[in-house]
Amino acid sequence: MRYSIFSLARNALSHHKGWPLAWRSPQPKREYDVVIVGGGGHGLAAAYYLAKLHGITDVAVVEKGWLGGGNTGRNTTIIRSNYLLEPNAHFYEHSLKLWEGLTQDLNYNVMFSQRGVVNLTHNDAQIDAARRRGNAMRLNGIDAEWLSVDEVQAMVPLLNCSPNARFPITGALVQRRGGTARHDAVAWGYARAADACGADIIQNCEVTGIRVDAGRVAGIETNRGFIGAKKIGLAVAGNSSRLAAMAGIRLPIESHVLQAMVTEPLKPVLDTVVTSGAAHVYISQTDKGELLMGGDLDFYNSYAQRGNLPTLEHVIQGAISLFPFLSRLRLMRTWGGVMDMTMDGSPIIGKLPVGGLYFDGGWCYGGFKATPGAGWCHAWTIANDEPHPLNAAFRLDRFHRGELLDEKGAGASPQAH
Amino acid sequence: MLLITCPWCGPRAHIEFTYGGDATVDRPADPDAVSADEWLDHVYLRDNPRGPHNEWWQHSSGCRSWIKVRRDTWTHRVHGSGPPGAELGEDEHR
Repeated sequence: MRYSIFSLARNALSHHKGWPLAWRSPQPKREYDVVIVGGGGHGLAAAYYLAKLHGITDVAVVEKGWLGGGNTGRNTTIIRSNYLLEPNAHFYEHSLKLWEGLTQDLNYNVMFSQRGVVNLTHNDAQIDAARRRGNAMRLNGIDAEWLSVDEVQAMVPLLNCSPNARFPITGALVQRRGGTARHDAVAWGYARAADACGADIIQNCEVTGIRVDAGRVAGIETNRGFIGAKKIGLAVAGNSSRLAAMAGIRLPIESHVLQAMVTEPLKPVLDTVVTSGAAHVYISQTDKGELLMGGDLDFYNSYAQRGNLPTLEHVIQGAISLFPFLSRLRLMRTWGGVMDMTMDGSPIIGKLPVGGLYFDGGWCYGGFKATPGAGWCHAWTIANDEPHPLNAAFRLDRFHRGELLDEKGAGASPQAH
Repeated sequence: MLLITCPWCGPRAHIEFTYGGDATVDRPADPDAVSADEWLDHVYLRDNPRGPHNEWWQHSSGCRSWIKVRRDTWTHRVHGSGPPGAELGEDEHR
């Protein structure tokens, strides 16, 4: 069924009892042309683009839990393409352009809101770095704008721009096309669209092994039996090392926990996304009114989808330094997600050194905004057995060649990115 | 809060420590004698187990010693700790 004002009106007349399920829950077949492991936004997007752009519809997406229950449902929903390095800039800008048409493309409202992303600076060095990045973005055809303190204050009235602040704000780099989207809707929208193209979405199906015959994948072992596959794509960020190990591959990745939190809901107070590298915090207001905050990793290897209070306290301190009124709010929920932290802070999309095995992972903090672009590039790589120019720089063998994409220049120290 | 026992200072909150990563990674003894693949392995590749994991922590707000800790990356339970040369068991995957 196509969603529209007419379908809404028609179903309103029957008290919304007639809506069909948005996707099927079929039994897995014995074999598929392509099996995608991981039913988050990335895996479902790959399945959708395989069908839509490459005509490959004999596809299954297997998910150990429920759709979007991993990092797709645990992020802070920020979308931007404000990167310095060219491969990152072009890839994330491609993703942002897909976001701009995604609701129409999927016929599913992902509530993409281009409310802008404001990166605050607090000293001269940060001004230099932000303006350099802004210039690089504009040379790459991406919108970027430098704001003085007065302009920042006019845009975000409740921001503490006092010169007496402990770390006074000196300006901001703004990407106005950036913003937020509703993360659950992204998973559901891609799931519905992939299902409509013929992909089988199989939930509660945990992969326990990857069968490799003579250097080429044969299929996956799961808690629901063996499923044959000519090609397998992994989109399981957080657990990438474990899945790759099933095929005998070690990755340049450590898993770390990143926490986020929301306050009690308020009337509208913040209509953009504000981030501060110095205060270690990013903050926006959700459509429900909660103030949504995230910040630093917990800084130790972790597969637990929960973290510790000192990190939350640190993030909240940063948030209150920017928005003093937050100190009177109560925190409503906190949660954690497991990040694939790579050795250079950039993702990996490409082939793995086993025939027919493909990979989309290593997203560090930044996987949500990449969802459409990563699914698009992953699908291309699976269909053509080689990376698209947009993800050529994200190949795994860049670590072997020393051709790293280290946006922060932090070196081979995963928790530092 | 994790409770980590420093072999010199006793049990302390983990915020007194700085994490130093995987303690099973050994720098090649003779850097001139190793291949590019071995460097790749040493600098970038990690087992990244879900389960017991031997790791370095520095008691940076205490005695500043580097210590070895065996901690479960899934449950966050600390199984043991000792000086850098301590044998705390092998990494396990779950």
